[in-house]
Amino acid sequence: MGGPNENGNSGASDRRRKRLSEKQTMLVQKISDGTVIDHIAAGKALSVLRLLGNPQARGDTVALVMNVSSSKMKRKDIVKVEGVEISEEQVQKLALIAPQASVNIIRSYRVVDKKNAVPPKLLSGVLNCNNPTCVSVKEKDSVSPIFSLAEISPLSYQCKYCGRKLAEQDILSQLG
Amino acid sequence: MECILAREGEQMRRSGWSRRDVINILDFSRSDLESLFELAGKISDRPNSIRRSLNEKIVATAFFEASTRTRLSFTTAALKLGGKVIDLSPEASSVMKGESLPDTVRMLESYSDLIVIRHPSEGAALLASEISESPVINGGDGSQHHPTQAMLDLFTITKLKGHIDGLNYAIVGDTRYARTAASLLYGLSKFKPKKVYLVSPESLQPRIEIKTKIDELGLRTEKLEDLEEIIPEIDVIYLTRIQKERFPDVMEYEKVRGSYEITRNLIVKAKRGSIVLHPLPRTNELPSEVDTLPNAAYMKQAEWGVPMRMAILELVIGGAKG
Ligand SMILES: [Zn+2]
Repeated sequence: MGGPNENGNSGASDRRRKRLSEKQTMLVQKISDGTVIDHIAAGKALSVLRLLGNPQARGDTVALVMNVSSSKMKRKDIVKVEGVEISEEQVQKLALIAPQASVNIIRSYRVVDKKNAVPPKLLSGVLNCNNPTCVSVKEKDSVSPIFSLAEISPLSYQCKYCGRKLAEQDILSQLG
Repeated sequence: MECILAREGEQMRRSGWSRRDVINILDFSRSDLESLFELAGKISDRPNSIRRSLNEKIVATAFFEASTRTRLSFTTAALKLGGKVIDLSPEASSVMKGESLPDTVRMLESYSDLIVIRHPSEGAALLASEISESPVINGGDGSQHHPTQAMLDLFTITKLKGHIDGLNYAIVGDTRYARTAASLLYGLSKFKPKKVYLVSPESLQPRIEIKTKIDELGLRTEKLEDLEEIIPEIDVIYLTRIQKERFPDVMEYEKVRGSYEITRNLIVKAKRGSIVLHPLPRTNELPSEVDTLPNAAYMKQAEWGVPMRMAILELVIGGAKG
């Protein structure tokens, strides 16, 4: 348990938050087969759904939980998709949208695989530089943009060619 | 003498300059730079004792952006070392619009032993070096790097002040878009200057990635708007040109142009023995009335551009063929 909260009493409010969190998690049923993505930064659940190709639009069952209390990250979102297993490539992109997310693959109500969305050290061809005079922009037909991880939180990537950094907002808007 | 120079060049090449790309001054260690300064010093002191170590080698200069000093000093340096020079002029490069940079670089690589490139896009020289087997020297890429100018600046300081460490510096004018300022800051971070003042309006302070980098490297900087406040404690005053073409916004340029013109009356207040440097060409920021002051060192600095580029060429492709 953490230190005293701003009201000066630690135990009671932590317990209250935990009870609340359990109650909120239970708002959503367990799934039998599919993917559960937990520890998504609050507010990013919809971006994660877009990344998964909006499975709800294809008729898949989707559960969204937003703004749940979390001991790890204050507020978080959770996405559950019934019947769909996330691909490796999607996990890579997920790492950029929700760098702390944890992914559970569920079969017959059991977790069969766990993946952590870790932002890769090097990204080639996924993001574009936003400096209009960068050579990777000017020569985009012949050069693949390459970025190296500059910071995890808040997430930022640095262009290999011009050194400019893409902030979390730029990254999110590029991934749609 | 010739033998001594040749042998020293040989030893320094072994220390890591041989066939190396010169893209970013941060890629070079303090001792790489010190051995470069030593060789440049010998060449400038005894210009007639130089071995023609570039014999039969061809240097290609490819300037996609206008340049006089950088291009001509590399050309002169190559010729003095007995090399040959082919030149892709800005006019020719505009004729080639539509051809990709990688294709142009492949052509230059097949014609020459070393490519000196200047290009308006940041990262162009790095890209060229990834394509070319022959060494590539960055003669300036957009607002990012100008490593050989910074090497020349640091060499000039070493020659005139004896050392780089422990001095106070003021970099005046555009520290945001001027690649000379960025490269000088990176270069200074390899040494131990006492303090570096960045004298410019807020809008011309270094870009975030430059500031983050120099902070990380432990360079002590302080921003300031008025040079006069600190001029009595400064050892090296480095002026930059405010260049219209680097500004993403013309209005922004109009606001700050001319805000950093120095005067003779200001420079007389400078510390005894301090020096004024400028990468040249200059515009209004450095009036000719300063030229006759003992602090004016920019003409020397420009003159040493040739020995500096000779030293670079000698270390990178001098000596044995291949
Ligand atoms: Zn870039």
